[in-house]
Amino acid sequence: MATEVHNLQELRRSASLATKVFIQRDYSDGTICQFQTKFPPELDSRIERQLFEETVKTLNGFYAEAEKVGGSSYLEGCLACATAYFIFLCMETHYEKVLKKISRYIQEQNEKVFAPRGLLLTDPVERGMRVIEISIYEDRCSSGSSSSGSSSGSGSSSGGGGGAGAR
Amino acid sequence: MPPGGGGPMKDCEYSQISTHSSSPMESPHKKKKIAARRKWEVFPGRNKFFCNGRIMMARQTGVFYLTLILILVTSGLFFAFDCPYLAVKITPAIPVVGGILFFFVMGTLLRTSFSDPGVLPRATPDEAADLERQIDIANGTSSGGYCPPPRTKEVIINGQTVKLKYCFTCKIFRPPRASHCSLCDNCVERFDHHCPWVGNCVGKRNYRFFYMFILSLSFLTVFIFAFVITHVILRSQQTGFLNALKDSPASVLEAVVCFFSVWSIVGLSGFHTYLISSNQTTNEDIKGSWSNKRGKENYNPYSYGNIFTNCCVALCGPISPSLIDRRGYIQPDTPQPAAPSNGMAAYGATQSQSDMAAATPLLQSEPSLTSDELHLPGKPGLGTPCASLTLGQPTPPSSMPNLTTEAGLTDILPLKEEHMGHQFLTPEEVPSPPRLLAGSPLAHSSTMHVLGLASQDSLHEDSVRGLVKLSSV
Repeated sequence: MATEVHNLQELRRSASLATKVFIQRDYSDGTICQFQTKFPPELDSRIERQLFEETVKTLNGFYAEAEKVGGSSYLEGCLACATAYFIFLCMETHYEKVLKKISRYIQEQNEKVFAPRGLLLTDPVERGMRVIEISIYEDRCSSGSSSSGSSSGSGSSSGGGGGAGAR
Repeated sequence: MPPGGGGPMKDCEYSQISTHSSSPMESPHKKKKIAARRKWEVFPGRNKFFCNGRIMMARQTGVFYLTLILILVTSGLFFAFDCPYLAVKITPAIPVVGGILFFFVMGTLLRTSFSDPGVLPRATPDEAADLERQIDIANGTSSGGYCPPPRTKEVIINGQTVKLKYCFTCKIFRPPRASHCSLCDNCVERFDHHCPWVGNCVGKRNYRFFYMFILSLSFLTVFIFAFVITHVILRSQQTGFLNALKDSPASVLEAVVCFFSVWSIVGLSGFHTYLISSNQTTNEDIKGSWSNKRGKENYNPYSYGNIFTNCCVALCGPISPSLIDRRGYIQPDTPQPAAPSNGMAAYGATQSQSDMAAATPLLQSEPSLTSDELHLPGKPGLGTPCASLTLGQPTPPSSMPNLTTEAGLTDILPLKEEHMGHQFLTPEEVPSPPRLLAGSPLAHSSTMHVLGLASQDSLHEDSVRGLVKLSSV
């Protein structure tokens, strides 16, 4: 844990926030929580497409697990109803358990995959499950022109992608 | 009832004094006041919070107290006056069953009223700027000082084309089935309707409690009505009808209340049973979004196909946790959501903006007139600067979907308290005060962008804190 903290603090000292990329929700399967796996152009030079897609797909899998309607969720619902929902005072819901798993996974991914590449994932639950916010950091020493260039270029290409709304 | 900001503060003071006896009373109090503010205290919607953020209700709670009083008084009278006689004459199971029903009704009512219906938190400034940028690019560059048309996005869900609208207040594209409640000034997921009787919106997170409430209330009402009639009949057999009424006058009051309530509550339960079995919301049903006939073009894409699954999912499906984190502490220097409704926001446009301008969605499809757009006659055209659109624009038009919903409900609820009912049809609270626009949203978005670049350091600080927080988990 100490070494990971050290790495992130190193990042803080040497990096400055260049821009943020937002991965929007994918509603093609209804109202369940899923994020688009489309690779944003801003990350082109920062991370491999496959790694990124794998992360988003894993997150989507977690959310699907949280919202799964099946035997266990019915059981939990019926039990909660029978106890007039007082059971939630002592027990956390299945959804909350999965959200905790997701936080751990995101932290782990940040430490292992994203922070070394100068990126930071924000847990969607902190953004109301609307977006996955990816902060892109630049080294303070590197020239500012490259970061501003990438952010202005990203606007036009991500605009077209944002309108599609499909997977 | 003012939010309980003072109470917990006092608790903190006492505990601090007991451990740090040397420090004076003022400084820990002041430190607590500045440092530890909870998020509910700066929540941008029009909600009231109690118990330090644990309880969340709409601003107008008068009708909720009426509901409480009606239920408590009627049940109280039943237990006090009718049950003793019935328990002896017929069976003591009557008060027991009545008691169970009563507790269930109260429990579900309080759950519905006090819980978060599924409010979507407003977008952070970064998100809002990013979305604005994408929308402006997709629309093509519009001329300066021009109000851009309302923004919609189309999505194919289960083969059905669904339009996602952009919420100008919350600065997000609303998820499917979400709607903005103008009474509470929040976007709510799976928005059903705003119910003044429970003093809260009914949405994704509290729909099942609401349904359980009206279902159990129907049973309770029928139960009380039946046994009050039984009581009076049994007494009349002994002492005559008029004497029976004289002996238990409370029964008359209960019978009257129950008689008028039964039609509306049972009707409402039946209506919501139908909604649940077809997986629709009141909002969708009233707008006629989905047709029920098979083989028609606009079938409901959210339905699971059979009634049983729809019911199970609605009532026993997973409950998502609240997204607004009412009791969390505000981290200093973190990006706060956009546009609090105290008129401070320079770019806060009300929902009326989306209703007023002609619909030109991002993708070139036919704009369909929904009830949001229909009921605004004679509004200024696109050429009018944005400022005039927001000034003097009362909430009623934009809240019409909610109002028509309520109008629909009041048709189903022919209670004697119609006058009370009309109270919520005329929004008396002043809608969000006229907001001063710094310019067109386009100009503003570029301003935002410039600000974003200029305040890199402050953003950096935010993220740094995020990093530190992350590392400290």
